[in-house]
Amino acid sequence: MKIIFRTILFVFLMGFITPIAYSEIFDPDKLKDEVLEEKSQEIMKKLRCLVCQNQSIVDSDAGHAKDLRNIVRQRVKAGDNEGQILDYMTSRYGDWVLLQPPFMAATALLWLSPIILLAFGVFIILRHQKKLKKISAPQNLSQDEQDQLKKILDQKNNLEEE
Amino acid sequence: MIVEYGHLAVALALSLALVQAIIPMFGAYHGNVRLMRLARPVAIGQLLFVSFSFGALIYAYLGSDFSVVNIVKNSHSLKPLLYKISGLWSNHEGSLLLWALIIALFGALVAIFGRGLPLSLQSRVLSIQAMIGVGFYLFLLTTSNPFLRIFPFPDEGRGLNPLLQDPGLAFHPPFLYLGYVGLSVSFSFAVAALIEGKVDAAWARWVRPWALLAWVFLTIGIVLGSWWAYYELGWGGWWAWDPVENASFMPWLVCTALIHSAIVVEKRETLKSWTILLALTAFSFSLLGTFIVRSGVLTSVHAFATDPERGIFILGFLGAVIGGSLLLYALRVDKIEKGSIFAPISRETGLLINNLLLCTGVAVVFFGTLYPLLLDAMTGDKISVGAPFFNKTFVPLMMPLIFIMGFAIQLNWKRADIKAVASRLKFIFGASVLAAVMIFYTMDTDNFMAALWFGLGLWLVLATFADLFKRIGLGKSGNLLNKIKRQPRATWGMFFGHLGFAIAVLGMTGTSNLSQEFQNIMARGQKIDIGGYEVTFEGAKAEVGANYTAVRGLFTVREGGEILTKLEPATRTYITPYQSTTEAALYTALRGDLFIVISEEQEILIDTKKTSVFGVRIYHKFMQVWLWIGMIIMVVGGLFSLSDRRFRIGVPLKSLFAKKNKIRAGE
Amino acid sequence: MNLRKIIPLLVFAVLFAFLFRGLSLKPRVIPSVLIDKPMPQTVLPALMVSEISKTGIGFSTDQITAKGGLVLVNFYASWCPPCRIEHPALLRLQKLGYKIYGIAYKDKPEDAQNFVDNLGNPYVNIGVDLKGKAGVDWGVYAVPETFVILNGRVIYKHFGVIHEQDMEDIEALLDKAKTSQQEKK
Repeated sequence: MKIIFRTILFVFLMGFITPIAYSEIFDPDKLKDEVLEEKSQEIMKKLRCLVCQNQSIVDSDAGHAKDLRNIVRQRVKAGDNEGQILDYMTSRYGDWVLLQPPFMAATALLWLSPIILLAFGVFIILRHQKKLKKISAPQNLSQDEQDQLKKILDQKNNLEEE
Repeated sequence: MIVEYGHLAVALALSLALVQAIIPMFGAYHGNVRLMRLARPVAIGQLLFVSFSFGALIYAYLGSDFSVVNIVKNSHSLKPLLYKISGLWSNHEGSLLLWALIIALFGALVAIFGRGLPLSLQSRVLSIQAMIGVGFYLFLLTTSNPFLRIFPFPDEGRGLNPLLQDPGLAFHPPFLYLGYVGLSVSFSFAVAALIEGKVDAAWARWVRPWALLAWVFLTIGIVLGSWWAYYELGWGGWWAWDPVENASFMPWLVCTALIHSAIVVEKRETLKSWTILLALTAFSFSLLGTFIVRSGVLTSVHAFATDPERGIFILGFLGAVIGGSLLLYALRVDKIEKGSIFAPISRETGLLINNLLLCTGVAVVFFGTLYPLLLDAMTGDKISVGAPFFNKTFVPLMMPLIFIMGFAIQLNWKRADIKAVASRLKFIFGASVLAAVMIFYTMDTDNFMAALWFGLGLWLVLATFADLFKRIGLGKSGNLLNKIKRQPRATWGMFFGHLGFAIAVLGMTGTSNLSQEFQNIMARGQKIDIGGYEVTFEGAKAEVGANYTAVRGLFTVREGGEILTKLEPATRTYITPYQSTTEAALYTALRGDLFIVISEEQEILIDTKKTSVFGVRIYHKFMQVWLWIGMIIMVVGGLFSLSDRRFRIGVPLKSLFAKKNKIRAGE
Repeated sequence: MNLRKIIPLLVFAVLFAFLFRGLSLKPRVIPSVLIDKPMPQTVLPALMVSEISKTGIGFSTDQITAKGGLVLVNFYASWCPPCRIEHPALLRLQKLGYKIYGIAYKDKPEDAQNFVDNLGNPYVNIGVDLKGKAGVDWGVYAVPETFVILNGRVIYKHFGVIHEQDMEDIEALLDKAKTSQQEKK
């Protein structure tokens, strides 16, 4: 408990984002402009490294990933927006290069799957519950049974009166 | 020669497994006690043969016997002892032998500890366990023989991928397999129950410890793998939604659903056919995961060297085991009695929603993982379904799960009073909302989700404690220590299980949303500020290790001017096989990990002077350690639950001994 | 029969069919999106100033399109071992009379030159793609990769080494392209 509160306190006092002091040394690959570099990083995170499988180009030391990183940076610097850069990449490597599949006819089923599956689950449960209730609901007594019951109760009443 | 004996032992284990698969099942069908009794000794014999076979291969690995192909490919005489052993399961053939060993081990455990079970049930369970074993022995003897020799043989092995030479990863596969294969026991129990057409509270009590045991192992296996990826791969990532990671996550999720739904069967004798289906599905996902890893149908970072022939074998096996069991389910599920009803607001409903959300989650992960394959097969289009997809679909599904968890643990069975529970939890709810709002206003505005997740994590922590206090009866009269002692182990199991999960959620939220990173080149003496620390690069030196050379950097970490620690990350270049690895240096604090990676030296011109610089990555992984602590607490919860008197695997055995002793004492 | 009972089995049956199909798919080969499209506009300096290109241009898509006809474009590098394995196949295609343009992908010019000097030169001309920029334009990610161009349009891409067993396929494809080209004439 204490830990949690202390952390919240820490969060309060420190603020979450302490600015990172960037290196003064010029890195040929990095953009000097921090805003543009950050924008490039965001775009790079969405692109899949082609030679390493299932990693973004940010997370790869592969030469090809580096090439793509530089192209992203060049284009960001030239003023292209995210959509334009992703379009360029898909026009070269296909949709495969996007880590997040775009919403289109071929992926509609994929994107809608959580809702469809959840709805299906709820449907199955409700139907099952209904059925269960039907089975175990108390059956109404038939006329004969009611008569019998009445007779027994009457007898009992009579006995008590006596 | 010992290698050949090892090979022979697999063949003998196969023949025993065939006996165990057929005769007890036949005996159970005809009610023949003698035939059924055969299952136990045969199961133990089978374990002895596989153990011998496994021992033989380990012996050959330890002696670096390079006349065995498997050892040439995966070992090296200079390798440290631990990695000579772990080399065995770092490859397809060897890991398959480990699978077979664990299957036989669980079979023998059921034979030894399951003496309290009805004989017919036990025989059937052992028979099915053996059928699964048969598949793996055949695999070992046909396409994947780890005992294969080569001639002429080389003097030296090709070594093990240095990335895999790590304690985290040495133990990761055995635990994962113990979990995967552990699920085979609940599978066998489910199939046996379908054959007998009987599922009751007793069945749930028998099956639950095995599911829990598998769950504990799976959790440990997944954590070790994640931890390894975190510090060994050098990117500070602990989960990438890679197909192979998903392959271990899916059985874990189904197993989590199973241990919850089995409670409902035990306490209320309802959700029976659903629980059976979960038990079948959990192991099916283990097998599917194996197929995904070894057949190469999906591209993954971690895949084994793949071979279509193996793919066909596993797929055939998959078809027989999963298809067969689901066919049996379709034919026999009507024999299982319908359960009792419960009100819309009750503990049962809570657990049902838990199951619904977990299983929807599994289905989404499964669909997303396989979607590239489905699309490729149908249209030939190639797409990627990466981490962003799962983060946007699976993760939101867990939000209602956590919220309902906080409530459901306080609901009564059959019919619950929601107003009473709500009034108990209203302060906790208010506190969580308040915390979320406070966090939100101290952060960037686009971090709304992070604040929400922190609020949810806190909600679950507090609600879990509130439930515990209520159970103990805090604030009421009586000796507190006695009251704590009186709580059954199961209570502690649930408490730690849920608390660990909540803490892990807080950790995941923190590290995913509030981490910082620095990636650049650094020259000696340079300083950067990150995560409230000041990190100074003091320089680097070259090093020579047993089978590698390395560059080791020295960094001083200061907080408020005080020196906290010195960190020495390194990058190693191995000779056999040629590969470089990063050895990240970590400084762990509750508030977050400082994580430093250094790469090789380069010379650049600064003001026309040649200067030596190093590529450096420094991360501040906010609250990362909470994730690991949370997972460890979850495992502790699993162990508490496992040790509960009702479930203790040894209980039937103990009572058996007690009975025998009584008889001996002439009572 | 009650549908609910057989749903799990049906789902598995469908899955099984897909997994079986999956075994014969190649997830690592990403088809080129350039197929049936004009070549991405590229001009590269020549590796060597040869008789053919005194201009200093080693590879120009405009020139190739203007000339028309059937052309192969091969991305290679001296640092790539599979390229060495592939080399005899390219020489054989050259002997069969096919025009092959080489693009030295992310290679030092002198190394790329030594490569063809030592192993034989199957190329009409070689362009230098020092930084791999042209490679990205062409959707190249692992050399060797070979494009088949007909009248300036990409009609096929072969990913990886052209092995002996691929030769038949590629020759058949080239023959087909040739005949269709002749028919058009």
